[in-house]
Formats: sequence, structure tokens, C-alpha cells
Amino acid sequence: MAGEMQDPIIRVRDITVQFGSTRVLDGLNLDVKRGEILGFVGPSGAGKSVLTRTIIGLVPKVAGSIEVFGVDLDSSNTSQRRNVERRWGVLFQQGALFSSLTVRQNIQFPMREYLRVSQRLMDEITMAKLTMVGLKPEVSDRFPSELSGGMIKRVALARALSLDPDLVFLDEPTSGLDPIGAGDFDELVRTLQRTLGLTVFMVTHDLDSLYTACDRIAVLGNGKIIAAGSIADMQASQHPWLRQYFHGKRARAVMG
Amino acid sequence: MNSDPKLERIAKGKALALCATGTWTASFAPVLERMVADAEKLAGGPQSIFIDVSEVAKLDTFGAWLIERLRRSLTKGPVEAQIAGLSANYSSLVDEVRRVRAGAVVEGGTVTITGMLEQIGRTVAGVGGTIAGLVDMLGAVLAAWFRVLIHPRTLRLTSTVHHMEQVCWRAVPIIVLITFLIGCIIAQQGIFHFRRFGADIFVVDMLGVLVLREIGVLLVAIMVAGRSGSAYTAELGSMKMREEIDALRTMGFDPIEVLVLPRMMALVLALPILAFLGAMAALYGGGLVAWLYGGVEPEAFLLRLRDAISIDHFIVGIVKAPVMAAVIGIVACVEGLAVQGSAESLGQHTTASVVKGIFFVIVMDGVFAIFFASIGM
Repeated sequence: MAGEMQDPIIRVRDITVQFGSTRVLDGLNLDVKRGEILGFVGPSGAGKSVLTRTIIGLVPKVAGSIEVFGVDLDSSNTSQRRNVERRWGVLFQQGALFSSLTVRQNIQFPMREYLRVSQRLMDEITMAKLTMVGLKPEVSDRFPSELSGGMIKRVALARALSLDPDLVFLDEPTSGLDPIGAGDFDELVRTLQRTLGLTVFMVTHDLDSLYTACDRIAVLGNGKIIAAGSIADMQASQHPWLRQYFHGKRARAVMG
Repeated sequence: MNSDPKLERIAKGKALALCATGTWTASFAPVLERMVADAEKLAGGPQSIFIDVSEVAKLDTFGAWLIERLRRSLTKGPVEAQIAGLSANYSSLVDEVRRVRAGAVVEGGTVTITGMLEQIGRTVAGVGGTIAGLVDMLGAVLAAWFRVLIHPRTLRLTSTVHHMEQVCWRAVPIIVLITFLIGCIIAQQGIFHFRRFGADIFVVDMLGVLVLREIGVLLVAIMVAGRSGSAYTAELGSMKMREEIDALRTMGFDPIEVLVLPRMMALVLALPILAFLGAMAALYGGGLVAWLYGGVEPEAFLLRLRDAISIDHFIVGIVKAPVMAAVIGIVACVEGLAVQGSAESLGQHTTASVVKGIFFVIVMDGVFAIFFASIGM
């Protein structure tokens, strides 16, 4: 246990991902530490979502290794892999809620598959999760098509959290939300990290999120991590893209 | 590090302590629920109760909620239950869970006889709505068509040609193959049964009339409803789901003119062509079987065919094709535009499109049969 505390929760080594002849990720290394909120930034099309999808196993890689919770995902057998999948939650960019299930059924779907829990407890936990993500219990019988964009993100987060994961992947969680909603969401991620001891891997473009929610920031460029560290490190960096990103007009506005 | 959870009762003077130990997580939920239900029976006793959680090794939302549930049911008595020994790590989680309103779950409606009758009534009443929807779409398509006739430049030719390729050109191989096989089967069955009366040659009459008047066009229409009607519904339905149709409207385009009319025109042009090709393939297949299986020489077959059928049979068949195409197209487009937000709805409407399309095609065929019989064709 003590050793596990020290070890990174995600350990990505030399991974290369290629689509046809385009190399998207090129020998990339990344560690995510237990209990931190890692903000992941980079220019559009740099492969942020590709890296996320590679780690969770949706995109095949050409080379390299990925360890999550100390399990090498390539050499693991089905039950080990299932075990890892049960301990992470994923929030997709568009929410990816099951459109033919209600909010409640969406949140209970993973519980039904993985846990043997009574219906009463599932219903109560669903309410607890909805409360945690700041939604009223009344939404539980609505269908995803009847929800607003912000509500969809919240429900998707509640579903990602339904098994009490140790690790969540958030793909642009605040995109498409109004600034107040986005601020609330950052606050929410912080609170959940505190209360549930979550590790958060967050792909984002939102400078506010980087400043208020993230413990550490990693920057992707040319298929590699070009910088990783605190927000202060990022501001001190001389890399041209980073200078533009953290000292541009919008960054100055955020910093006041 | 996972250890079985326990909830022990320890008397401490006047008070009763419930000591929770072990792992209180989702994987132990059934055990935990049973223990909590057991301990809930203590409610209403004279003792004051506190729940000691200082020995809990691991806690998640499930465990925290069960402790909170226990606290709430014990508090119903005269004395309030307390949670004690909460470590700093878990206190925020327990606080979070405490905010949850209990009993907020609304159960879904149960099935009753009245509810079922209501459902049947609504479905029957919905038939009228379906017909009205079809007539509505027919009117809208005709109006769009007249607009195009007045301003021919607004015709979306590229789109129409594209859909022609999809529903006509690409459908040719499968339509020809299937009608060919059906022609073979009709001829084989005809010869097999007619031979007993020495009436082999009449198989040509049967094949000609059946294929040209009925089977050729009906079979092709049913296949087109399954192949292209479903595709139209799925295309329009997923565009509706992703708000693409709303986007068209806000840009000042009429979705009927941009999306429905080219599809309808393609289908109305395609079905007569496919029906003609299908009829030829069926006759060819029938002729081949009559020759190889029934010993009817091709020359004899053609001579007999010329006697047996007239141009009327062919006209009766081919006249039906564009009308059936219009019915299939209208049903498919109405269903496509009726799709709601969910994947399930898309599936339901695509099914409905094919089922209704085939149904109306057969109904139209019956109407035509009565019409041609009364005008003596």
C-alpha cells in the first residue's frame, strides 16, 4: 500500500500512435500521481483526446506501454482489465449518455453490471450522486434529450462516478458551459477530489480551470509532453506556444 | 487490505455504541445493507445511540450513505443518533451524503388495465394522425415541386442525381438477382404442377401475366421500401437528432425542398426503372428454367409469350411503380422527420417506415387491381 502511494496511478511510457502515416503521438511519457488533478493542454488537433482514448483503450497504439493502478494494460488478462475499468470513470466530450435510458437508469447502469446491490440502495445512491454533482432529484426520470448541455455534463459526471472510481478522465468538461457553470464545475471537481480522494485527468482548454482546479499541468505538442509542472512553471516557461498560451490576451484577462 | 465489515454493539454506560469496522465499500454492499437493516431495529429504544466509525478502514459513497441511512432511522426515536470518530479524510464525504434528500425517488407508473386500455385507445387515435401526417407531407412535397417547376433553377440536381445513384444504380444488382430467382421459381413450380395435365406450355402465360402485372413491381417496391425507405428514415432521423434540420431552417432553407424533394424525385424515377429491369430478369429466369427444366425451346417460349401477353399487362405493371415509389418516399420522410432525441426512437421510426411502407404498397396494389379490373385492362 505504501509503495502504491508513491507510484504514479497512470504511467505512460514511450507510446506511439499512428493513423495511416500520420504520427499523432511519438514516444510520449507521462505520469499521473495519486490524488492530483492533472490539467492536460495543447493546441487543437495535437492529440489530447487521442492520448486519453489510448489510455482507456479505445485507440490502438503502435508502441509503448501503459500502466494504470500498477497493471500493465497490454499484458493483463480480462479479469484484471475488468478490475481496472471498474476503478475508473470516463466523462466523454459530448457526455455519451445512453439516449434511450433515463438519467437514473444511466447512472445505475454500471452499478447493475458490476455490483450486487438492492434496488433501494441503488436509487438512494443515485440521488446522492445527483446531489453531489449539483442536480435536483427531479431530473432523474428525464431522458438525455430533455436536458440542457450543462445538465448533460453533470449527469455524465454522475455516471462516471457511479462506482466510486479512484480515477476519472474528463474530456473538456467545461467546454460549452457558461462561465458561471464552468466555474461551478471546476469547484465541483475540486470538492469531489477532496471528498472521494479522486485522481483526475482533465483535458481542457479552459484557462480558468487550469488556474482554479488543477494541481499540475501537462502540455502536449509535436506528439510529446513538452512541459509538465505547476501553473507557475508554465508561466515561467520560454516555450513559444506556452508563452503565447499563458501570456496571451485571454490569459492576462483571467489573471486580472 | 480489504477486511469484512462489521457493526458491533457495545454498551457504554447508558449509551449504546455501534462500532463500524472493516471496509465499508460498494463491493460489500449486500452485507452492509443487511447489518444496517438489523441495527435499524434498535430505533425507538430508551438508550442514546452513537455510531462509532473510527475503526472503518475504507469508506466510499455506498458505505457513507448506509451509515447516514442508519443514523436517520435511529434518529426517528426520542433520542438523536450521532456519528462519532469520523476521520478528517471521510468527514467531507459524510457531510456531502447528509445533504441528500431521502425518499426523493419517484417510482415509475405500474401497469393497470385502465392504463392498457388507454394505450390501445391512444394508438388507434394515432392512426388518424398518421394519415394526416402523410397527407400533410404529400401536400408539402407537391407544393415544393410546383415551386421548382416555376423556378427550375432551384432544383437540386446534384442531390437528386446522388440519390438516384444510391437508390437506383446501386440497387440494380440485388434487384436483378432476386427477381431472376423469383422468375426461376415461378417457372419451375408452374412446370412441375402443369405437367400433370400436359399443360406445360401454359407456364409461359402464367409467368408473363404474373411478372408483368404483379410480382415484378410489387416485389421490387417491397425491396425498395426495405432498402431505400429505411435509409431515408435513418438519414433524416439522425439529421433531426443532431439539429441539422433546425440549422437548415434557420438559414432560410426549406427542409422539404432541400432534403425531401430530391429523395422523392430520385425514388419516383428509380422505381419504374428497377421494376422494368426486375420484370426482364424474372422473364429471363423463367424462360431459362422453362428451357432447361421444362424443355420449352426459347423460340417456342417467345412465340407463346407474344400470344399470351399484350402491352396492357406491361402498362398495368409499370404505371403502379411511380405511385408506389411516392408512397414509400412519403412514409420514409414522415417517419424520419418524426424521430425524437434517442437512439431508440430512431430505431422505432426506421422499423415503422419499412412496415408502413410495405403495408401501403400492398394496399395501393389492391386499389390498382380493383381500378384496372373495372376499366377492363
